[in-house]
Amino acid sequence: MDKNQHALFNYCLRLGDNSLILGQRITEWCSHAPILEEDIALANLALDLIGQAREFLTYAGEIEKKGRAEDDLAFLRDANEFRNALLVEQPNGDFAHTIVRQYLFSVFNYHLLTELGKGKDSTLAAIAVKSLKECTYHVRHSGEWILRMGDGTEESKRRLFNAFEDLWMYTAELFDTDESDDLLVKKGIAVDMKTIHPLWLETIKAHLDKISFPLPSNHYLVQGIKKGKHSEHLGHILAEMQFLPRAYPGTKW
Amino acid sequence: METNQKKDSQWKVWEVFVQSKTGASFTHCGSVHAPDKEMATQYARDLYTRRSEGRSIWVLPAEDIVATQPTEAASLFDPADDKIYRHPQFYKFPKGIHM
Repeated sequence: MDKNQHALFNYCLRLGDNSLILGQRITEWCSHAPILEEDIALANLALDLIGQAREFLTYAGEIEKKGRAEDDLAFLRDANEFRNALLVEQPNGDFAHTIVRQYLFSVFNYHLLTELGKGKDSTLAAIAVKSLKECTYHVRHSGEWILRMGDGTEESKRRLFNAFEDLWMYTAELFDTDESDDLLVKKGIAVDMKTIHPLWLETIKAHLDKISFPLPSNHYLVQGIKKGKHSEHLGHILAEMQFLPRAYPGTKW
Repeated sequence: METNQKKDSQWKVWEVFVQSKTGASFTHCGSVHAPDKEMATQYARDLYTRRSEGRSIWVLPAEDIVATQPTEAASLFDPADDKIYRHPQFYKFPKGIHM
């Protein structure tokens, strides 16, 4: 792979891994959600994310030209080869944590996919346009829950507040870039994070204003760990997600 | 009416009607529990349009539906049974008209 292909490969992994790991996290709610209807809603959401991951990882494999398919990339890479953001690997916590994590990520992804859909790489643009419809619904569903928790009881307000406090530190890292990103931004392929960061913040601020909820402030923000460093949670996610294909290589079912 | 039944521990029930394509009638397809109308439309979407069944959804609170009682069925509906002249098949077509 030359420098450009390598940059594009990494970029696709980043997009795919975000969706894959969050999809896997949401899947943990299956049969455990607070109410049957929300159980199905969360399962739908996880399926959307895993569907997006498949497309990004398939494309990553095509760029790499080493014969790795989506499943090889999903199930046979180790934690240090995953490029997802820290936010999406954070534990589900209570329902408020799950919803806040979803909302923070979905608003980010909404602005990212909107721009990516206009990009010069036609495959990435096509995946983005398709995924944006799903993402728009994810913003709506998680956003409506945030309004209800913020307008709800003392307990729901406390839980919502705690979730924002706990997760806010991982949000800046979503917008981290490196040299290979800059290369792709110049070519009109990757999205310039500097343009979507303020949009993301404005969207969230306007939404929280509806329930007179302040943005978390004065937070230490985790930065600069794009190069394959993760929290201790990712290894556990992968152990569960990758067990079967690794224990029984090449098995079919 | 007082009953010994336990109160439903979930949210209130909404009946769901889905329109399969623009212009078609809305068809009743089931119900969902939801705290309010916005969440009811979302849950209806998530439960009943997973396989591209819908273009539009109606939800309405089940408690707002007024229904006849099964015990009234005999007096309401049986009288129609012997009025065969209300069916178009009762009438013979005049000669010369072909269907």
